[in-house]
Amino acid sequence: MSADKQRSPRQRVWHLARLGGLVLGMFAFGYALVPLYGLVCDITGLNGKTDGIQLQDSVAEAPDQDRVVRVEFLTTVNNSLDWGFGAETNAIEVHPGKLYTVNFFAENRTAQDYITQATPSVVPWNAARYVRKTECFCFSQQTLDAGEYKQMPVRFMLDPALPPEVTTVTLSYTLFDATGLAQAAQ
Amino acid sequence: MSEHHDSHHDDHGPEKGIMRWIKTTNHKDLGTLYLWFAFIMFFIGGVMSLIIRLELFSPGLQWVNPEFFNSMTTMHALIMIFGGVMPAFTGLANWMVPMMVGASDLALPRVNNWGFWILPFAFTLLLSTLFMGGGAPASGWTMYPPLVLQTGDAFPFMIFAIHLMGISSITGAINVIVTILNMRAPGMTLLKMPLFVWSWLITAYLLIATMPVLAGAVTMLLTDKYFGTSFFTAAGGGDPVMYQHIFWFFGHPEVYILILPAFGIVSTIIPTFARKTLFGYDSMVYAMASIAFLSFIVWAHHMFTVGMPLAGELFFMFATMLIAVPTGVKVFNWVATMWRGSMTFETPMLFALGFVFLFTIGGFSGLMLAIAPADFQYHDSYFVVAHFHYVLVPGAVFSIIAGMYYWMPKWTGHMYHEGLGKLHFWLSAIAINLTFFPQHFAGLAGMPRRIPDYAVQFTDWNVISSIGAFFFFIAQFIMAYNWIVNCVMRKGAPATARVWEGAHGLEWTVPSPAPYHTFETPPVISESEITAVHDEPAAAPSRA
Repeated sequence: MSADKQRSPRQRVWHLARLGGLVLGMFAFGYALVPLYGLVCDITGLNGKTDGIQLQDSVAEAPDQDRVVRVEFLTTVNNSLDWGFGAETNAIEVHPGKLYTVNFFAENRTAQDYITQATPSVVPWNAARYVRKTECFCFSQQTLDAGEYKQMPVRFMLDPALPPEVTTVTLSYTLFDATGLAQAAQ
Repeated sequence: MSEHHDSHHDDHGPEKGIMRWIKTTNHKDLGTLYLWFAFIMFFIGGVMSLIIRLELFSPGLQWVNPEFFNSMTTMHALIMIFGGVMPAFTGLANWMVPMMVGASDLALPRVNNWGFWILPFAFTLLLSTLFMGGGAPASGWTMYPPLVLQTGDAFPFMIFAIHLMGISSITGAINVIVTILNMRAPGMTLLKMPLFVWSWLITAYLLIATMPVLAGAVTMLLTDKYFGTSFFTAAGGGDPVMYQHIFWFFGHPEVYILILPAFGIVSTIIPTFARKTLFGYDSMVYAMASIAFLSFIVWAHHMFTVGMPLAGELFFMFATMLIAVPTGVKVFNWVATMWRGSMTFETPMLFALGFVFLFTIGGFSGLMLAIAPADFQYHDSYFVVAHFHYVLVPGAVFSIIAGMYYWMPKWTGHMYHEGLGKLHFWLSAIAINLTFFPQHFAGLAGMPRRIPDYAVQFTDWNVISSIGAFFFFIAQFIMAYNWIVNCVMRKGAPATARVWEGAHGLEWTVPSPAPYHTFETPPVISESEITAVHDEPAAAPSRA
């Protein structure tokens, strides 16, 4: 190391600290993207994310009798386990502003107890913010014991502000095996 | 350690034996180590690509099982990107950046040593997964969950290997930035630096800004698999699509990390052999800076088919197409530099010209992929494979080869054999087009990427592609022979200090081979070296 340093060593250490700070900052930024992503999805309804649970009295019924929207139900079992999972009907016609109840069922055909979690998704994406649910099995983990057959109601309403170009809304649910996650959380 | 130096300082030659390489803090030694490491990794990654091409030579499953095939595509990418191209560029930066700015070494020589020596450990971890239960990672280099979470024993090894590669890249980048900003010779202002130095300054900032984000993403994968977090696990409220956003926030700047130093090398070589100053120096710098900035706001063009609002598709489509403007400026300037130059076609120039021509083809197919509605057809097809191999092989790799031919006489003091060099270029140029051009057609016809078997109508294109791949691999042995025998073993003709008639810059003012220590005292840069790098408006005669 000889004397060719054009700037003082102190300047170099300062420079180094700034760059190191940038590295740590970007690592933190990677993690900050997680809540940021959730926020963007909540605001825009991107990825078919609906708002959380609505209290019964916060959902004022004001049916728009002139408008009919078709609501379809789609169910998927994720882990290729021997479960039954479905809705009592594939589709219903609804008036925005009116509450409806649709029964879903889940069946465990195996000899093992499970804890399940359903994840909801709405298509098209711009309808997601206008789906109001007062009750849904997807809001919490559901136990599904060996051989159990379970009825699970979903109570929902389409907000009358639903964009006029939307004529069909699909509510999709995927049922996951969350036994491991539930145990890890305890 | 056993030797006794009566030295006041290490201004003698290097230490003898293996400890020289383990303990070295000399930028030239470490540059050499980086380049040898990259050379070995290119070879390993190349063998993996040959296994892929062998399996795809004919439809049906012939040689390997599908799991191993998927491991090969995954490992080929990880090794070529993190083990081949990035260390090769870092090696060139180690050698050339201090010599180009007139510094005696990089700013943090000990960190430089450490940054290199964690790489062999990283790749030992990664390569050891080939022998593990459940096989090597097979989820693609993008490591999308939930698929990647099904990786067997290899999973934590892959994650930690990526952490180590990231640390190595970041230390290298910090070293380059501090050297460039603090240790330039007097009189070398930022806009008088050689363009290779500029390209590395911008690349280093990209590395610092994005490698930590990748480290975060893979750490989230790790905790999702082993510690019950649910960043990307839908059952726990996570979202696998979020991984793709985080990954490509790193991934898109990463592709410019893989190409910006190439721009710098080509911008150095073309003026030398056109015997003119580079056309539009300032616009070259601004173009690279614009590309670097834009690279942060286009990531979702990798995810057009994942599901996005129309406004998002439009934004990412137009932002991506905007990158063609600064890139077009660069290609225009390279061509304008050659315009009315007295050109000669030595091997480095041939590879640089091959770069300009073939990289532009890859750029055009990139523009096609940027068109969101058309991308739904191209997505995950062989068209994408053809696109990124055009920008990475005749793009990044050709530029590395060009740089090696160009600077190796300076490093070793001996010339490579020009005839063999030209033979190597022409075989490579033909083989690379044979390999990757047909993949455009296979992709447009519907052949998906990352599959070991395919429908019989794609056979002809795949046969041509496989023949080209083997042809290309074999041609590289000419290069290895030429470099090792003529330059490293010093059988070639001795090189002069200037090496090339049209070469300018501080690195050519030291003797060939470059002494172990250069610029111990800051050099005085002559006016002619500066004006030769920068086309000062006053110095540029009007060319009607």
